[in-house]
Amino acid sequence: MKRPSLGAMLCGLVPFAASCFSVSLWDRVYPMVLGLPFNFFWLTLWLAITPLCMWGAYRLEEPRSGKRRREQGGSL
Amino acid sequence: MALTIITAIVVIGSIVGFLARYHHKMDLEQWTVGGRGFGLVLVWLLMAGEIYTTYTFLGASGWAYSRGGPVLYILGYGPLMYVVSFYILPPLWDVGRKYKLQTQADFFQARYDSTWLGAFVALIGVVCLIPYLEIQLTGLGLIAEVASFGAIQRTPAMIIAFALVAAFVFVSGVRGVAWVSVIKDLLLVFAAIFVGIAIPHIYFGGIGDMFAALAREKPNHLTMPGATQNLGHAWYVTTVLLAGVGFYMWPHFFAASFTARSGKVLRRNAVIMPLYGLTVPLMLFVGFTAVLVLPNLSNGDLSLLTMVRKTFPAWFLGIIGGAGALTAMVTAAIQLLSGATLYAKNLFRPVLSPGMSDEQVAKVAKIMVLVLSTGAVILAIYSSLSLVSLWLLGSAGVAQFFPGVVLGLFSRRVTTAGVFAGMAAGISVVLFLMLTHRDPFYGWNAGLIALCVNFLTTATVSLLTLKQVDRLEATIRAFAAAPAGDEAGLS
Repeated sequence: MKRPSLGAMLCGLVPFAASCFSVSLWDRVYPMVLGLPFNFFWLTLWLAITPLCMWGAYRLEEPRSGKRRREQGGSL
Repeated sequence: MALTIITAIVVIGSIVGFLARYHHKMDLEQWTVGGRGFGLVLVWLLMAGEIYTTYTFLGASGWAYSRGGPVLYILGYGPLMYVVSFYILPPLWDVGRKYKLQTQADFFQARYDSTWLGAFVALIGVVCLIPYLEIQLTGLGLIAEVASFGAIQRTPAMIIAFALVAAFVFVSGVRGVAWVSVIKDLLLVFAAIFVGIAIPHIYFGGIGDMFAALAREKPNHLTMPGATQNLGHAWYVTTVLLAGVGFYMWPHFFAASFTARSGKVLRRNAVIMPLYGLTVPLMLFVGFTAVLVLPNLSNGDLSLLTMVRKTFPAWFLGIIGGAGALTAMVTAAIQLLSGATLYAKNLFRPVLSPGMSDEQVAKVAKIMVLVLSTGAVILAIYSSLSLVSLWLLGSAGVAQFFPGVVLGLFSRRVTTAGVFAGMAAGISVVLFLMLTHRDPFYGWNAGLIALCVNFLTTATVSLLTLKQVDRLEATIRAFAAAPAGDEAGLS
């Protein structure tokens, strides 16, 4: 099985870095943003940003699999 | 009043479930993976339907109430599990179509060329599904109890609702589940948005004011470790990682990916699904509001329902309760379906009666639906764990499939012995740490520690048994050559 491209992997690492590994940087109540404690705001923000990162990964990955598809010409 | 509405919603949902089989001949392939013909919308509904469960609906607000800050892990891992799915589900789908895989254990059996490994995976999968089933049942019981002001006991409510679930799984299989999801998703999203905004407004004048009041009165509740002693940042990172990588290892989510029409559908799904998680913070608002408004609840899992009952008229409690009940039933249905198929196809047939036909397997699976639901009812009556704790228990178990799946898809050097040893080691560590109440272990999630042990064991034993790779050469090469998905070869 062909592995995903490096670029697509990096797109996926961004949300991990932002909403998992960096917890001690953003786990605080203040400053409150839009009425939400900061940690709450941060994670909710990343619910919305993650699809953007993965859309990037999709753009990188889909042409590759489309190419492989054509090369194999539907042989099954 | 509330109960009448709940019953009406449940009945309508069940009718849709029964009607879904219309026009489709129910063989094993149709019953388990919907004939592999689901497009973007239906797969999205099916996956969302399975993911936004009683655990999110009642459990998340319950932890916001009883634990505080640590509940943020639910917001954290939500998008990350879709990130992981982006990379593993499309190749899995390719292999699935090529080998006509229907269950998770099928995958292990085909990739590692071992019926015993398949049976082992099926056994662990079925066992881990039981706490998850129990969550749905406990949720149904809580809803009936709160909505009837204690007039209806938990136990009879659970039994009736579960008989209904078993019946529609029995009749219409995965297609029924997908269509009932449509109704319950609409209700649930509506309920979450309305309740999540209205409740903080009514008591504090707004979400911001609610948080400001909570930060003033209980300054530690909103950050980790919140109201707990040991759920700090290390726990957060390890739990988010475990839940993120482990999520699609649940047998029913794993199998749901086979229902897609193409790998592309799954990839697109992974991109848009995190947006559906935007309703989760709203559930948490309700739990946090309850901290100040209802300070003395005996069980945090009751916080959302009790807040709704206290705030709104009875008919509204009925709608929320109905949404919750349907959610629990849909989730339970899909879990029963995968548990039963796993048992019949990968454990019963290969070990006890190798000559069975697919029709006979389907029959054993349907009997197993009844056995599993009865078992879960009995456990739910006697168990006292919180909804989230039950979920964490099962997650730690199924996450142990991760090395076997990922290495199986992307590495040529992993061996059957390696995967078997790794999984056995991982499961043993989970059992030891959890049963001796050592979770979290020095601040780390026990399941993630087990997963590390699992990876190391898999790698070491694989290197020691590398000779086997030559024997499996043909299988591995066939896996690597599985077509790069999508519409190829459909003609």
